Amino acid sequence: MSGGITLLVDGEPVTGAPGQSVAAVLVAAGRPGGVFCGMGVCFGCLVTVNGERDVRACLRDAGDGDVVGTQPREPS
Amino acid sequence: MRRGAAPGGPGRTGRHVVIVGAGPAGFAAADWALAAGARVTLVDLADRPGGQYHRRPPGAPGPPSFERRRARVLAHPRCAWRSRTAVWALEQRDGDGDGGAGLPPLVHTLHGPADAADRPRAVLAPDALVLAPGAHDRVLPFPGWELPGVVTAGAAQALAKGQRVAVGRRVVVAGTGPFLLPVAASLLAAGARVREVCEANGAGTLAAGWSHRPWQLAAAGGKAAELLRHTALLARHRVPFRTGRTVVEARGEGRVEEVVTAALRPDWSVVPGSRRTLSTDAVCVGHGFTPQLELPLAAGCALDGGFVAVDGAQRAGAPGVFAAGEITGVAGAPAARAEGALAGWCAAGGDPAAPVLAPLRRARDQGRRFARRLARAHPVGAEWPGWLREDTVVCRCETARYGALCAAAADPASGDPRVGKLATRAGLGPCQARICGPAVAELTARLRGQAPPTDWTPHRRPIAQPIRLGELARPARSTRDAEQEEHDPHAPHGEHDPHGEHGEHGGRGQRT
Repeated sequence: MSGGITLLVDGEPVTGAPGQSVAAVLVAAGRPGGVFCGMGVCFGCLVTVNGERDVRACLRDAGDGDVVGTQPREPS
Repeated sequence: MRRGAAPGGPGRTGRHVVIVGAGPAGFAAADWALAAGARVTLVDLADRPGGQYHRRPPGAPGPPSFERRRARVLAHPRCAWRSRTAVWALEQRDGDGDGGAGLPPLVHTLHGPADAADRPRAVLAPDALVLAPGAHDRVLPFPGWELPGVVTAGAAQALAKGQRVAVGRRVVVAGTGPFLLPVAASLLAAGARVREVCEANGAGTLAAGWSHRPWQLAAAGGKAAELLRHTALLARHRVPFRTGRTVVEARGEGRVEEVVTAALRPDWSVVPGSRRTLSTDAVCVGHGFTPQLELPLAAGCALDGGFVAVDGAQRAGAPGVFAAGEITGVAGAPAARAEGALAGWCAAGGDPAAPVLAPLRRARDQGRRFARRLARAHPVGAEWPGWLREDTVVCRCETARYGALCAAAADPASGDPRVGKLATRAGLGPCQARICGPAVAELTARLRGQAPPTDWTPHRRPIAQPIRLGELARPARSTRDAEQEEHDPHAPHGEHDPHGEHGEHGGRGQRT
């Protein structure tokens, strides 16, 4: 598909569309993870993007080739 | 003059107005502040104006009136549009010597991709500050709400409208409020199957609230027509809309797979024997909206009933500070636009008695009446805590459970709310009680035998948006430089950078 972007999420390629947020790409790929509020207030969707930790996936635009690591919460 | 548009006009008042938030309220404020002759710095986290209300896929145009406003505001020579910019703190200025008395706080900003590293800082020193940061969904906790796939109604809307992504394939929408209908409609448009829409309030409550003072409803005609359209769409798609019913549990392994719905009495207690299970892969829940109050609190604004208290000119009780939109009351976009226009005009030094403001005041008052109608038709029933179990998560960030809240409330040592907070950790996580605050406050009060708070003021959040230590350590661009660059079309920041050459995208321009 022309214009599609590909992210590497925990080592696996995941495709998305240009202009989508990282959260949108993840949700569309069936990985809703911690996405809850969708607008940056709940901090549930934190991921590591290209080495930057604690990025709110719902606020960050996805870029072609982005390396995304999920950050699971510690069990309590 | 076209209805709703700011008056064209001469005259510069020479004031610098900073507007935080470019949703309906903030965008209108910018339009009218410019019309009144001020220079404007408009700040928003997103890369385009419109806020949550005008979410749409990149490149897709908004409604004509919005596009006209966008053309007027963003291209205006006196407007600096600071997109992708977070306001992380407001700093009160000293009253001594440098004329700080009577001026609004300094505005500390970070510019760049969300939560990036090494974002440059800038400090703005406005003559007047308009706060329009909006609201976010309020969700009451219920068993299993922490499962992946359970999202707020607003998140479902943002994903569907802004990204063309359906949060699931077989979605249940639940909660209370007219917002559930447009969310269901957006989900259908994004290709999802909506299994059911559950409005917790019963038909009696809805009818009584909506039909209250019916002569006022005619004025809210536009809103009513919109809701009827959504209802018709749901009917066409055979989506059941159930009243007096809600989701009381979500279940699944690793992701929500089914929900339990139950019929509710008017007080929201569960009707025994009414539980039904529904298979689903996403649940969208909304119980109204909570205003985002950290910036108004930091600015010293007065609060009333859990919202910012404003006067007829949208002044918010702190010198030089104005407030508009959902933070003054959840009343929808038309009221937000009217309040924003008033706030922008007055903040810019425009005459508060100017006749051109009269239709704005009428629109605002109408919006407020509509908000009262909503509150009457979609209250939160007192017995929702009956849905909770010992192991129900009440604070998502810290996975603090209801049982811990009960134990802390029973412990006489934790009579002080702050001690209770430390014992349970509820509210101490990254979201700083934005999500759990009102619910935990209400539950704690009830467990202690106190009346639930009628409004809830969050504790102060001096850091309104996260900032990295490295960013804090680097000096900010001086206020003067920041102001000079804002109005220089060739400066490296903001929207005058169509080719992204100036380090706006992740990785480029960073030190290694």
